[in-house]
Formats: sequence, C-alpha cells, structure tokens
Amino acid sequence: MRSDNAEAERDNTSAERSTSTRCFLQAATMLSKREKDLIKEIWERLTPVAAEIGADALLRMFASYPGTKTYFSHLDISPNSSHLLAHGKKIVLAIAEGAQDISQLTVTLAPLQTLHAYQLRIDPRNFKLLSHSMLVSLACYLGDEFTPVAHAAMDKYLSAFAAVLAEKYR
Amino acid sequence: MVAWTDFERATIKDIFSKIDYEVVGPAAISRCLIVYPWTQRYFAGFGNLYNAAAITSNPKVAAHGKVVMQGLEKAVKNMDNIKATFTELSTLHSEKLQVDPDNFMLLGDCLAIVVASQLGKDFSPEVHAAFQKFLAVVVSSLRRQYY
Repeated sequence: MRSDNAEAERDNTSAERSTSTRCFLQAATMLSKREKDLIKEIWERLTPVAAEIGADALLRMFASYPGTKTYFSHLDISPNSSHLLAHGKKIVLAIAEGAQDISQLTVTLAPLQTLHAYQLRIDPRNFKLLSHSMLVSLACYLGDEFTPVAHAAMDKYLSAFAAVLAEKYR
Repeated sequence: MVAWTDFERATIKDIFSKIDYEVVGPAAISRCLIVYPWTQRYFAGFGNLYNAAAITSNPKVAAHGKVVMQGLEKAVKNMDNIKATFTELSTLHSEKLQVDPDNFMLLGDCLAIVVASQLGKDFSPEVHAAFQKFLAVVVSSLRRQYY
C-alpha cells in the first residue's frame, strides 16, 4: 500500500465520507476527554503485553464463535503458536495506535481500511465478536480496574474502530 | 434439546458455585445500564440512574441483579430443559415488560465480563466459550414466547 495512494484516496473520499463513518466519528468524539485519556492510558499499559492480550482475545473468539476460524485457515491458531501471538500482537498494537489520537482514527486506519475491504473482506459483523472477546480479555487481565466507566469507554472506542475499519467495504 | 458436553455441564455448575450472586448480579445489571444506557428505558421506576455512581449504588438495581441471578440458577439446575424453565419468564418479558429481546444479549455480555473479572485466569477461553453457549441458550429461551 503506497503512501501516496493512501493520501490521494483520503483527499478523494474526505468529501464523500459516508454517513455511517460520520456518525461513528461523532460517537468517537462523544467520548469525553476523561474517557479518551482512560482509553489511551489503558492501551499504553497493555502495549508491552500486546501479544499475550491479542492472542487471548483471538482464542476466546475462536472458542465462543467458531465461524470466525474460517478466516484463519492459513495460520496455525493453536494456543501459544507463534502465528497466534504475532497476529494478536498486530491487532493490539493497531488498536493502541488508534487510541493515541482517537480524533484521527480515519487517517490512522486508512491502510487497514483498504486491507480489510479489498483483501481480507471479513464480514464486519465479526468485528463485534472480536470486540466483545477483547473486552473479556481486558476484564480477565485488569480485574476490578476494568470499571464500568472504563468498560463503557472501551466499548464505544472499539465500536468506533470497527466502524472506521468497515468504511471502505461499500 | 441442547447437547451439552460433560465439560460444559461441569463448567457451568462450577462457575455458578464460585461466583457470589450478591456481587455478580448487581454488578452485571449496573454495567448494562451504564455501558448501554438505552436499557434504562425499562427501569424508569428505579429512581436515580443519572450517572455511573448513582446506578452502582442504587438499591433497586442491586435487588434486581439478585433476581436475575436467581432466574439463571433455575437454568443451571435444569440445563436439559431451559426452554421449559423459562416459558413463563419469556411471556412476562414479552407481554408485560415489553423488553426488546435484542437487549437480552447485552446483559449476557455484561455478565460474561463481570464473571471474567471475578475469575481472572480461571476464566479460560474454553470456560468462557461454555459460558457464552449457556447465555445463548438462556437468551434463546427468553425469546421463544415473543410473537
């Protein structure tokens, strides 16, 4: 994905941004400053254990929602496999990067938008399943620190993230 | 009829023996009302639901959390016939309470997260999956009497 192409695409599509992205960007900015800081702080803390958290979330998703495994026939997704850890790490680092500046999600995620829309073509309903699995991983890892307020903020952020990711699908 | 593996049966009974209903029930309901605020529409008579602190300390919310856990316990004791166990409750939610059944899984998801924070590492992906299956069966049974 050449960066100059990404830039051209951003210029072309900014004017015709879909209603759903507008709504979800509004939702993302419905996050208060406190919520955004909370989200950023949590993901900064989890970055050193990105592989562990990401792999855990993926394993939960595969166990609870077996249909999601169909997207991973090219990888070894058994527990502790190097593929699983590497892939989990990628996902968590992307989520953490988005959390650095939530108002810029569409810019940050532009390459991933293209990847998911044209190559991976994962049915976006699955994003919710990974989001829920991720929240459970966070609850297991953070325990009581994963307060209702943090949970609400995180759920909103992951919804916004998923919506932006799906924006180029159609 | 739902086919439960030995692992799933044992896991569900184990989870419910380990969790404190007085803590988990109220925590799950208040989380649902906080994370998915539109669910508050069904609790207009509960008084102050103005913010997270108010919801978490609201005694009516806590009481209702315990009621929900008692309902779930019935399902745990009758895992081979959850459908029949919840026929009346399903009718109640549909005809009297008029709850949108899409909301049931919102509470289910909050319950999974509360149990996860209670059990930590013990809530492994396999245990978690068994719990999600249990929740799905409960939700499906509660949806059955809607028409």
